[in-house]
Amino acid sequence: MTDTDSVISCHNLWKVFGPGQMPELNERTTTQDLQAGGHIAAVRNVSLSIKRGEMLVVMGLSGSGKSTLVRCLARLIDATSGAVMVEGRDLGAMTEAQLIDLRRRKMGMVFQSFGLLPHRTALENVAFPLEMRGQDRASRIARATEMLSLVGLKGREGYFPRELSGGQQQRVGIARSLAVEPDIWFLDEPFSALDPLIRREMQDEFLRLKAMVAKTIVFITHDFDEAIRLADRIAIMKDGMVEQCDTPERIVMAPATPYVAKFTSAVDRSRVVRAGALSRPVNGRSVEGDALAANATLHQIARIIACDPRDFIPVRAADGSVGLMDRAEALDILLGPDLPETAA
Amino acid sequence: MTAAALSPAPASFDRRRTAQALLLLAALLATGRNILPEALLRPPEALVIPFAAWINAAFAFARDDLGLMALTRAFSDLVEFGLDVTANLLYGKARWPRLGPIPWVVIAATAATLGHALGGRRLAAFAGGTFVWIAVMGQWQWAMETLSVIVVAAPLSVLLGLALGTLAWRFSVAERVLNPLLNIAQSLPHFAYMIPVVVFIGIGPKAGAIVTIIFSVPPMIRLTLLGLRAVPPEIIESGKMSGATRWQLMTRVRLPAARTEILIGVNQVIMQSLAMVVLASFIGMPGLGQKLLQLLQALKIGLSFEIGTTIVLLAILLDRMSKAAAHRQPVHHAAGATFRQRHPHLLAWLALTAIGFALSALHPYFTEVERKQALSLAGPVDAGVDVLLTVVAPLADWLRWFLITWVLIPLRDAFLWLPASAVLVFVAGIGWRVGGRRSALVCLAFALPIALSGWWDRAMITVYMVTVSVTLALLIGLPLGLIAAARPKRAARMLLVCDTLQTFPSFIYLIPVIMLFGVNDVAVIAAVVVFATVPILRYTVEGLRSVPPELVEAALMSGANPRQMLWQVKLPLAVPTLLVGANQSIMFSLFMVIIAAFIGTQDLGQEMQRALSSADVGKGLVLGFAVAFIGLLADHVLLTWSRNRVESLGARR
Repeated sequence: MTDTDSVISCHNLWKVFGPGQMPELNERTTTQDLQAGGHIAAVRNVSLSIKRGEMLVVMGLSGSGKSTLVRCLARLIDATSGAVMVEGRDLGAMTEAQLIDLRRRKMGMVFQSFGLLPHRTALENVAFPLEMRGQDRASRIARATEMLSLVGLKGREGYFPRELSGGQQQRVGIARSLAVEPDIWFLDEPFSALDPLIRREMQDEFLRLKAMVAKTIVFITHDFDEAIRLADRIAIMKDGMVEQCDTPERIVMAPATPYVAKFTSAVDRSRVVRAGALSRPVNGRSVEGDALAANATLHQIARIIACDPRDFIPVRAADGSVGLMDRAEALDILLGPDLPETAA
Repeated sequence: MTAAALSPAPASFDRRRTAQALLLLAALLATGRNILPEALLRPPEALVIPFAAWINAAFAFARDDLGLMALTRAFSDLVEFGLDVTANLLYGKARWPRLGPIPWVVIAATAATLGHALGGRRLAAFAGGTFVWIAVMGQWQWAMETLSVIVVAAPLSVLLGLALGTLAWRFSVAERVLNPLLNIAQSLPHFAYMIPVVVFIGIGPKAGAIVTIIFSVPPMIRLTLLGLRAVPPEIIESGKMSGATRWQLMTRVRLPAARTEILIGVNQVIMQSLAMVVLASFIGMPGLGQKLLQLLQALKIGLSFEIGTTIVLLAILLDRMSKAAAHRQPVHHAAGATFRQRHPHLLAWLALTAIGFALSALHPYFTEVERKQALSLAGPVDAGVDVLLTVVAPLADWLRWFLITWVLIPLRDAFLWLPASAVLVFVAGIGWRVGGRRSALVCLAFALPIALSGWWDRAMITVYMVTVSVTLALLIGLPLGLIAAARPKRAARMLLVCDTLQTFPSFIYLIPVIMLFGVNDVAVIAAVVVFATVPILRYTVEGLRSVPPELVEAALMSGANPRQMLWQVKLPLAVPTLLVGANQSIMFSLFMVIIAAFIGTQDLGQEMQRALSSADVGKGLVLGFAVAFIGLLADHVLLTWSRNRVESLGARR
């Protein structure tokens, strides 16, 4: 992977837990090989690359190794083999001082159960990373106050974590992770501990913040809906391996494995698939009438599709090129395919 | 038997067979006592290992050749300096900084303000009231002598505990070394600590402070380790991701996050310090303990009752305050609060202190209550006790006669009659039954050294006293616990009473029993029984209370009546907790039997007192280890049994 544009990437990453000498780790190492020596692989031969400004969501059920993967990427735990590159530097080869310096300037992380320091106020929690890097008191308080109002907690600066609700605590956690203006933002199941209504609200809040700060993001979740709602790209993990890493649309339309297909089966495709994905080259067919925007989801333009008399509807991509969308195909996605017995 | 039926069959079947064989052998040895060779009755002289001489040699070597004396001197000089400062401030001893004594009204006001800050109005009234009581009753000097030691010893012991606890957390080697040491240290009787200190430091307040520090460190180490382990991993990770260095992570993340456990450790240190300071009167520590000891020996019940009340009040106060501090949660101030709103207690304290100094300037009564100005309850208390005694005397006398003639003396003779070989085989059998060969070996490892130390008879007397006391404690504590646990409110009240009783220094329990029974074996047993009943009561209530409600509901829906509920559901599930209670009860009674030695017993405790007065380190430590090993033996058996029960219950559920 020579993608110079990638901010953080990992190559053939393995994390194996267990006693004593590690077995040789390569593509052909199987679970049975490891178990024979009493080892358990949490991350198996994972290679990923995340571009600047991109948001990668790592999705997997509990025990799939997603949390271990993100901890390897942040070097909270050391990988067993393989390399993690951050802006071209090998994370594993860094000294402790270099690593601390990197975290103080480049990395921020949000935790599932917030990880707030119970003896510090919201303000002091947000100021903590600034304090660690030796910033003076006045400027770190100014910065922390600003961050707290950014996440909508103005007026709660003096509250202690236990005096805040779960959603508010996670807002503090988010403010803290952004206080040092990191380039790379790790979020480890940030909304899993929240109840469904608050979770939805926090996802909206997150999308708002994401648009404002433009970071490279690694987001962990076990919630597939959350993943397709937020992601630029999704990596689906199972038993420590990445089953598929692709855009939400491609994952829904073309699941690479039966396991991925199981997740996508219950998803409302019309909310994921955009008009552009169904757009085919014109190939000499006639193009008539108004064109649809390629980045609209089918759900957003459902009414037009249903009522439009044309069999092939023109779709205009962002670069101005025009293709044609088969209306029947779009209707299949919107309404589901015809079932033979009801069609009769 | 139920335990046996529950545990997995094949492994435990063999274990049961072996254990039965061993127990049978023990019974045979006991019945055939008269035809046994002498060597099986008592370990022959030739086999007795001179542990005491070895320890003495080791100590002499450490003291004279390793220059350990210089080290202890340096440490004790530091302690002495602290003691002088507090002594000057609290009761005006003529030492640097020569500011004291602080008027008692000021100290009472300080205590009340602190009480208010930590626990609201009630704790404030209790704190202020305690100090007013001390001053008005004319016990100021003694109480301050006692407190001045705690004020110096507790912080040093907290620091030491934090350091060692952190070390044990950081290096697993340190933990592996410390763990067994702590186990032994926490089962060594108080006196065992005093003897080496007397040898190195001498007697007096300094020695009292140092023995207090050593005695109160172990729980601090344990709780520091526990607290550091219990910090949620995400908090540590968030610290790391914030770019904290190791030192920043320790001081600003781990230690503050472990605050509650550490403060509970501080609470333990303070309570242990108080218990030890009172006992340190045996090595010339002035203060409440010494006064109590003198008065008890002179059988002045009324006056010792007064002192006892003070000690109890101080114990409860220190416990409540430090617990309140441990469980206090930070609360934010309203935005834009003024200095006055943010620091009400500081300002109140300043105002009260100023008033206090003004009062003491007006009249010397507010600085120090002279002996002749002091109130006393001794007269009425003595009169009341006399009336009580004339009423209960016939009963108490009969009870004493009955216990001594029909229970205590026959039992003691029986324990002494038992051949040592039979006891050792019996112990091994019990061990085997509980935990197989490993446990049998552990039990023997604790029992054999006692036999080889040459103190077998004394140890058997201690065992007999503990056996009698714990049996009586079970007979009293179990039914009381069952009654208390019947209603939730009653159970909560009973637990509060138990908690309070457990804060009392053990010495206190001697006052009422000496009052009732005088100075003899029965008084000792009575004191031990009272002391040992508390944990049994407590764990009975807790065991019954902690039965999962859905099991109770399931039993109710199956139509269980109250009796069936108790015997078929609650008690079987409470057994592991009850065993833990019995274990603590044995530990408590061992400690108490040894302490009670000064009112006349013939067991290990009495010998320990002798070793203390002749400053014989070797003998004292051998006796101390003998006591500790009895405790650890019981501990191993009961806790293993309890664990097995929990496992079998868990497997069944």
